[in-house]
Amino acid sequence: MSMSPRVEYIQVAPDALQERLAQLLDSGGRMQMAYAWLPRPALAEVRYLAAPGAGQPLQVWECRAEHAHLPSLALRAPLLGWYEREMQDLYGLTFDGHPEPYPLVVDGAARGIALMPIEGPPRPSLRAPLVLPEVRDPQVQLLSFGPVRADVMESAQFLFFYLGEAVMHYQPRLFFKHRGIETRFEGGDPLAGCVLAERVSGVGSVAHGLAYCQAVEDAADCVVPLRARQLRVLLAELERLYNHLHYFGALADATTLKVGQAEGRLLEEKIKQLAGRLSGQRFMRNVLMPGGLRRDIAVPADLPDTLSRLRNEVESYLLQLERTTSYLDRLITTGVLTREVAFDQGATGPVERASGLDRDMRRDHPYAAYTDLPVAVPLAEEGDAYARARVRAAEVRVSFDLIELLLPQLQSGEVRGACIPKPASCGLGWAESPRGSLYYAVHIDAYGRLARVKIKSPSFSNWRAFPFTVHQSNMMDYAINEASFGLAIAGCDR
Amino acid sequence: MSLWTLRGLRSGQATTDWPQKADGDHGQHGTLGMPRITAEHCGDECRRCAQTCPTQAIALDTRGHLAELDYGRCIACQLCVEACPSGTLQSSEAWAFGVRERADLEWSLEPRPLASQQLAAHIEKSFRGSLHIRHVDAGSCNGCESELQALNNPFYNLHRLGVFFTASPRAADLLLVTGSVTAAMQEPLLATWQAMPEPRRVLACGTCAVSGGVCGGTYASGNGLHGILPVDIWLPGCPPNPAAIIEALLLLLERKPQRVHGGRPHER
Repeated sequence: MSMSPRVEYIQVAPDALQERLAQLLDSGGRMQMAYAWLPRPALAEVRYLAAPGAGQPLQVWECRAEHAHLPSLALRAPLLGWYEREMQDLYGLTFDGHPEPYPLVVDGAARGIALMPIEGPPRPSLRAPLVLPEVRDPQVQLLSFGPVRADVMESAQFLFFYLGEAVMHYQPRLFFKHRGIETRFEGGDPLAGCVLAERVSGVGSVAHGLAYCQAVEDAADCVVPLRARQLRVLLAELERLYNHLHYFGALADATTLKVGQAEGRLLEEKIKQLAGRLSGQRFMRNVLMPGGLRRDIAVPADLPDTLSRLRNEVESYLLQLERTTSYLDRLITTGVLTREVAFDQGATGPVERASGLDRDMRRDHPYAAYTDLPVAVPLAEEGDAYARARVRAAEVRVSFDLIELLLPQLQSGEVRGACIPKPASCGLGWAESPRGSLYYAVHIDAYGRLARVKIKSPSFSNWRAFPFTVHQSNMMDYAINEASFGLAIAGCDR
Repeated sequence: MSLWTLRGLRSGQATTDWPQKADGDHGQHGTLGMPRITAEHCGDECRRCAQTCPTQAIALDTRGHLAELDYGRCIACQLCVEACPSGTLQSSEAWAFGVRERADLEWSLEPRPLASQQLAAHIEKSFRGSLHIRHVDAGSCNGCESELQALNNPFYNLHRLGVFFTASPRAADLLLVTGSVTAAMQEPLLATWQAMPEPRRVLACGTCAVSGGVCGGTYASGNGLHGILPVDIWLPGCPPNPAAIIEALLLLLERKPQRVHGGRPHER
């Protein structure tokens, strides 16, 4: 627990937003997210989350949206573009001067739907309409696939304007899976909400549960016992391991290494089975709760040996991939995300770190037992698919290192402390999920119930940046490039 | 490439001999499934299980005792088990909850008379040895997808059972649906079903597809497949683990018996 505040809250007037943003950017800071909530009926407030330079606490800018209008900040901070459009769609706000003011999540006719009473079954017309760029050259063709895609895939539609092999323009159409899950938290008991948070993104169950719990713990200003914080790290790193191994299986598949694909998937399965035996659930759901853990986890005496054997298998697999020239040939120079685009469009996690941006919540804003652990942050500069794969391979090794350091330090004792969020309070929690920075903001009403929960998933950030690596590329590289980003959709769509 | 082939051959067989061998390794040891209802020990006015259930799967009688539990709504979150002071609800490893009739997921204190079991073949014989599945994600959390993808890893190796995922609905025998059916996925889901040749079957995979799960009934989320498609197999679970999905597929193919009737699992 650090002495300095984790988060600073600052009131900002609408006409002072642009200047504050300029100051932030000039000093090397970056916006993280923005969301709307209603402190009083019919009065919307927008909260902007900003990360100033390294070593400084996060900032929350609180800004009243008078008459439901605010100036758009998307021209200076393009990554805010999607957040503003989402607030436009779901909370009925207008961001003046927005460069792309079209609906993103739901149709314009449904503006403000997150604030409306629910009547009857959802209407298929809720889906946001497709807005495509105008194409004048008759030779340019449009290829659309999805939302139902080949194999077992999450639903999304992808549109390519192409000429022969060359992709001129690419547009992903997301939010087919928008469930309105943030509204599901509202009115609920903050202590019970973790079960819901764990079901926002299945392969990020631990990260979502953890960020949620930490947000509620922030609102309660409570202390989590050390053993619980340590076990949270164990679960979170196991989650990173099975996700990253899944990633290599998928990347081997995209580069047509069938044995490599099978081996990656088998290693992923081994970690999931281990997670199931340890926690009672393969995604390690149903263990976390605000204040600590719902129950203790008995760490078997042979866990270090089991992990050491797995580590040897994983190491041998990663080395074999590194030695496979056909695999390297397909990755090197594919799908370059420049440092500047990664920064401006808000790329996060291994994707931004492969473009030279040195950020990791575990090290920069430590939580759980990461406060007591040295988190190495692997980086690369090239920003291509190979850099993204290298960063993830190095992160697999860091995860094993962290668990090896953690296990001998495990304390005995309680795993749950009292956690009672204060009425009319708010809290912010975060986690470095396998795919990058994940934030939960919770607002507690006067009766101690959840009034609003905002989820910022890493894939919401990375889907925004991904198309910039597809424009002006070629069709053959697309599947490999997509696999190299390791994107998920459920958390993005929510 | 040849190195990979040698490497694969050297590493030997990773595939389990379950389910052909009933005592083989199904890979789910230590995982918690649906709560087990042991007996009636409820205390008067307890109500804790129903109050804690995030998906309203539990109904009480006038004394506040457990009266009904709908496993089709259960997400196996274990909250009711932890809240229960009397031992009525206990954790269990029961996960093979695929059923043909939705009502077979509903446990009630007074067992309801079961619908007469149809003896006529449910499934065309031609499906039994070779089933092709078209999966549609109708708004899942990606947990079900993760477990469906696991089916093709070397441990489960679904192909060995003659079951395959196929890209085109035109070549599919079974529509396997995950998710609560969001507003935007309703049309693509129905279009996929309509593109399938008859006879076609539908499997509702996961509690979201069975009943809406944790997010059913928001402005954007439906309540699963009930009333949207004719479902042949209902498989709750959050998510159902790979072995549970295999059991449900083999149940569809009449290669495995149904293990749950009236919300009551039988022993193997």
